[in-house]
Amino acid sequence: MTSPTSVLTPPLAGDAKRRSPLNRRIAMAGWGFILPFFVGFVLFVVVPVGYSIYLSLYRNQLIGGNHFVGFANYLQAFTDGDFWSGVLRVAIFLVVQVPIMLVLALVCALAIDSGRLHGKSFFRIVLFLPYAVPGVVAVLMWGFMYNPRAGLTGAIGHVLGVTIDPISTHWVLAAIGNIVTWEFLGYNMLIFYAALSTIPTELYEAAALDGAGTFRTIVSVKLPALRGAIVITTIFSIIGSFQLFNEPNILRTTALGIIPTNFTPNLYAYTLSFSGQQVNYAATIAIIMGVVTAVVAYVVQLRGSRKDA
Amino acid sequence: MSDLVRRLPAHTPQRPRKSVVLTIVMALLILYTVVPLAWLVISSTKSNTDLVNTFGFAFGHFNLFANIHDVFTFEHGVYGRWLLNTLIYVVVGAGGATVLSTLGGYGLAKYNFPGKKAVFAIILGAIAVPGTALAVPTFLLFSKVGLTNTMWAVILPSLISPFGLYLMWVFASDAIPSELLEAARVDGSGELRTFSTISLRLLAPGVVTVALFAIVATWNNYFLPLIMLNDPKLYPLTVGLQQWNAETVGVGAKPVFSLITTGSLLAVIPIVVAFLLLQRYWQSGLSAGSVKQ
Repeated sequence: MTSPTSVLTPPLAGDAKRRSPLNRRIAMAGWGFILPFFVGFVLFVVVPVGYSIYLSLYRNQLIGGNHFVGFANYLQAFTDGDFWSGVLRVAIFLVVQVPIMLVLALVCALAIDSGRLHGKSFFRIVLFLPYAVPGVVAVLMWGFMYNPRAGLTGAIGHVLGVTIDPISTHWVLAAIGNIVTWEFLGYNMLIFYAALSTIPTELYEAAALDGAGTFRTIVSVKLPALRGAIVITTIFSIIGSFQLFNEPNILRTTALGIIPTNFTPNLYAYTLSFSGQQVNYAATIAIIMGVVTAVVAYVVQLRGSRKDA
Repeated sequence: MSDLVRRLPAHTPQRPRKSVVLTIVMALLILYTVVPLAWLVISSTKSNTDLVNTFGFAFGHFNLFANIHDVFTFEHGVYGRWLLNTLIYVVVGAGGATVLSTLGGYGLAKYNFPGKKAVFAIILGAIAVPGTALAVPTFLLFSKVGLTNTMWAVILPSLISPFGLYLMWVFASDAIPSELLEAARVDGSGELRTFSTISLRLLAPGVVTVALFAIVATWNNYFLPLIMLNDPKLYPLTVGLQQWNAETVGVGAKPVFSLITTGSLLAVIPIVVAFLLLQRYWQSGLSAGSVKQ
């Protein structure tokens, strides 16, 4: 367990550099293996991103047609309250839902790893199951269960003597957070668990020799080994939060008026381009969100790999 | 490092006593996980009337087979079409993604070539690019070349999985000793032949892992087909089910709740079965791949 320079960096050169002569044939073969992926990557990732940037610098108007406007679209976005209210909403979602989900997943992974559970492989596989459920199905199911009359929350409310309606203006973000937590708890648990299972036995033996108890072992051995996994799951969760779309979009169809079209930046961009025909402005918003996501993810990665264990 | 991979179970040296309290606490979380799925199974056995009028976790009149029949006959049997489409998207899209990721990851892990560092930086950056940010420009580009509202519009973008490539890259670095490749070279084996006869077998758990995650991603894909497709005959299950859901409200509403629940259950079963059957592979593949220290 040497400390990595960056948790997201796989070994770059491998051993090949030292041991095999870097001849032309081998280099060509290397390119040959990566080429199919690279071509697809250029066509379906690099070109669309480039096209997005291009679009964001233009404006299509009834009079004058398509013309270059520089950063006017960006300036418009920076003062667009509809956009920023969506950004604020996903930021709140990120700050509240992600820690809850990751801490729960961490506790689950530590519990399963501790060997103190009856039937640990049962727990592991069942907790992971929701990840295999299509997001659309998950939202449809929870949507039914959130129904105040026939659903589960309605029944709980009836027992408690209160009315619980998760699909209401105040609660809908929490309701969505619950769905996302349900979907991804097991997935994150599995990543943590996998990291725990690569800890060498010698480390535990050393800890036991030093007289470390359960909690001391968790803090001094397990958590440091989990650092890389925590950074990765945090980055994926940040990306997921900023991209929030499926859950609000599906809930919207049966709860009109409660979820506005600018509920999340992604939903806003989608509405702008497919209902409002404002593809240039939608591209601008997509670029801004991409940059924000990349910056936040990068900061998390830097912070995560700077602290040495 | 690769010997760590195979040493998954029983890595905590002393056998701790089983804790009943901890088991109970975890059982509560299991309950949270299972309750919605149980609700889905129970609801799929109810008629539309029972679904609306009985408590969610109580059984009504057993109507599962009639529901399944209705799912496959409603709107001229469009559900069967959606199922077939989903299978096509999964086989071609996820299958292709697995092939590209495996070849690419292997090439990056085991070869040195000019420009490799640049490839590395670009692909790593792409993992952080929101996938949905790509969707609108991709849609516009595809519409220019007449690809929108065709199956290719869904298949082509799903061929590229930076995460799959990353997973395979890390896995291949560990699983294949460079000495083995050199020995093959000394024996006069071509690079492609070495890959298909020696390396591929060592990569198998990684391939299964990448394939499973690609299958889940394409089977569950919603946003991309939603924007790319107009014709309901091309929809995958996810977009189709959401369309039935949308039909339950508004003008001319069809309250087909039992079709939605039963159709959802049928959409979940294949993927869950795939995960359960292949768990031995993907659990070892994941532990080697995603969390390299």
